[in-house]
Amino acid sequence: MIERSPLLDLFTHLLLLASFVALLIPFWIVFVAASHDFHTVNQVPMPLWPGSSFFENMAVAWERGNFGRVMLNSFIVAGGVTLGKIVIAALSAFSIVYFKYRLRMVLFWLIFITLMLPLEVRIVPTYAVAADALRPFQSMIDLFGIGINLPEWNLLNSYSGLILPLVATATGTFLYRQFFLTVPDELAEAAKMDGAGAIRFFLEILLPLSRTNMAALATIMFVWSWNQYLWPLLVVTDQQNFATATMQLQKLIPGPLFGEPPVWNIAMAANLIVLAPPVLVTIVLQRWFVRGLMVTEK
Amino acid sequence: MPKVTLTKLRKSYGRNEVVHGVSLTIEHGEFIVLLGPSGCGKSTLLRMVAGLEGITEGEIAIGPTVVNKLEPRERGCAMVFQNYALYPHMTVRQNIGYSLKVAGMSRSERTAKVDEVAGTLGLSEFLDRKPSQLSGGQRQRVAMGRAMIREPKIFLYDEPLSNLDAQLRVAMRVEIRKLHQRLGTTTLFVTHDQVEAMTLADRIVIMNKGNIEQVGTPAEVYHRPATTYVARFIGNPGMNLLPAVVDPGTGIVRMADGQVLAYDKSRWRTIEPGEITVGFRAETARLAPGGFSARFDFAEELGSAQLLHGTVAGKSVTVQSTGNIGLKPGDPLPFAIAPHELHLFAANGQRFAEQSRVEIPARPFTPAPAPTYLPVA
Repeated sequence: MIERSPLLDLFTHLLLLASFVALLIPFWIVFVAASHDFHTVNQVPMPLWPGSSFFENMAVAWERGNFGRVMLNSFIVAGGVTLGKIVIAALSAFSIVYFKYRLRMVLFWLIFITLMLPLEVRIVPTYAVAADALRPFQSMIDLFGIGINLPEWNLLNSYSGLILPLVATATGTFLYRQFFLTVPDELAEAAKMDGAGAIRFFLEILLPLSRTNMAALATIMFVWSWNQYLWPLLVVTDQQNFATATMQLQKLIPGPLFGEPPVWNIAMAANLIVLAPPVLVTIVLQRWFVRGLMVTEK
Repeated sequence: MPKVTLTKLRKSYGRNEVVHGVSLTIEHGEFIVLLGPSGCGKSTLLRMVAGLEGITEGEIAIGPTVVNKLEPRERGCAMVFQNYALYPHMTVRQNIGYSLKVAGMSRSERTAKVDEVAGTLGLSEFLDRKPSQLSGGQRQRVAMGRAMIREPKIFLYDEPLSNLDAQLRVAMRVEIRKLHQRLGTTTLFVTHDQVEAMTLADRIVIMNKGNIEQVGTPAEVYHRPATTYVARFIGNPGMNLLPAVVDPGTGIVRMADGQVLAYDKSRWRTIEPGEITVGFRAETARLAPGGFSARFDFAEELGSAQLLHGTVAGKSVTVQSTGNIGLKPGDPLPFAIAPHELHLFAANGQRFAEQSRVEIPARPFTPAPAPTYLPVA
């Protein structure tokens, strides 16, 4: 469609520019606040130009927030969740698309429906399961009146407790499924003629073809799991060893209860630290990310 | 000798049966073409042989072994697909060698074999490219290489040339035929293109709606079609078919408009009087005044000849002529047909039994000129 209306063009561009600035202002303020010392940052009004204590603040924030340990925790959790999601989503989509069995569509819709049940909705039962992972099985056994007692398997305060409940993903399964459906059937048949079994086809043909897809999924899921706040807050009581980065932020802002003014410069510096990994991942993977979402690679 | 035997093969999808009890024996080393319009079940039949499609009923045997329950890889078949089905993320070398890799062959052995196959197909310089960097013809050759490298007992081709342009199709046809001459592997080739079928096949299997209409050499199906369906399907244009009433006593057939043609009485001796279908080929008619005549409609120029389209008693007929005779629509189009050129079919479409047969010319096989990019082994 070709349209020539300079006024409309001007208007839309101004609007875009305005939204862009509006979007960036908070980041600018975070950055400015992180670069001043305690006294300057608490002036009213706060200066809008960066000061000179940026690295100093960063160092203090890193130290005070125990970020050496906490960032590692976050990396382990976000990495684990991302990896788990990529693998499990690929496997379930492979099963749904390439195998014909009776409950195929039912399973697909079951997975799909979980989109409507995010962690926040099912947080109490999920917590109960995390507290004793064998509990659901124990209930089933009890239902049949068999007198077996399973041992307790506590996932609280552990990496598996942080990771496993977040691993299942309907979005990922759906993304893979849509991609697998575009792979010509003849490719699977050619592989069959070449003697490759299902697993081989999956590993050597399907997965290499879905590289862009995986990158897209990895980007979304890494950012998503890095930013998880509620779940870690709930399962982690051993804050010394298992706190994640997002949890730690909150501790750097002493509330009014303590009777002292909040140390905004340190808190903002910590914010920048926590912000960095997801931004980096997005920048590194964004080229793949866009391609994966468009699924147009030949 | 691995001979392929299909016995009363049936295939249904739910209640819908698409192959209705097909039996066929393929000799060792034969080049069989399955020919028919789309939806006639030819591809399904091929895929059943390959093992990609289950068998509802009947039996497929390769040599003495019934392969109904065998996995595709255990059947010793290799298949070339219509849209090549190359693995997009692998190089040509990896594509061709993939089946060997799956079979667990060592890298050095694999390299040697791939090099050999690529050499015969003229692909040596493309081995490190990805399929997306190849032309249609090259991709087709990679697909053939991938099939060849397994040294299969049977080659299966599923309309391999239909994605190529006309010129390339002719060139690839020649290559496929030469490949078959060199390797002598039993081949099943599915196509809807009768020119492909006629030029490639030792025997053609003409299929219609899940049944075999006729199995015969290209010359046989052309000169002695078993049914009106085959008569119409084979040849370009297809055979002219006119409803008529036969009088075996005098040896003539009478059209609906009263015109008559004489047929070879000595050849069709057991025909009962009644309604039949008469067939003749456009190229056997000679333009001649005074005899049989159609109403001229229009002419098609072929370069070497003209196809004159006309109407006889409401049915269209086509007659071939070498010269332009300058007819106008509506003019009479007079022509004559020798009695032995008439084919008689019963009302149900089956050809009447002949008591004496006209010799069919043997396959005039002239070796095609070697294409420049295919080294002759």
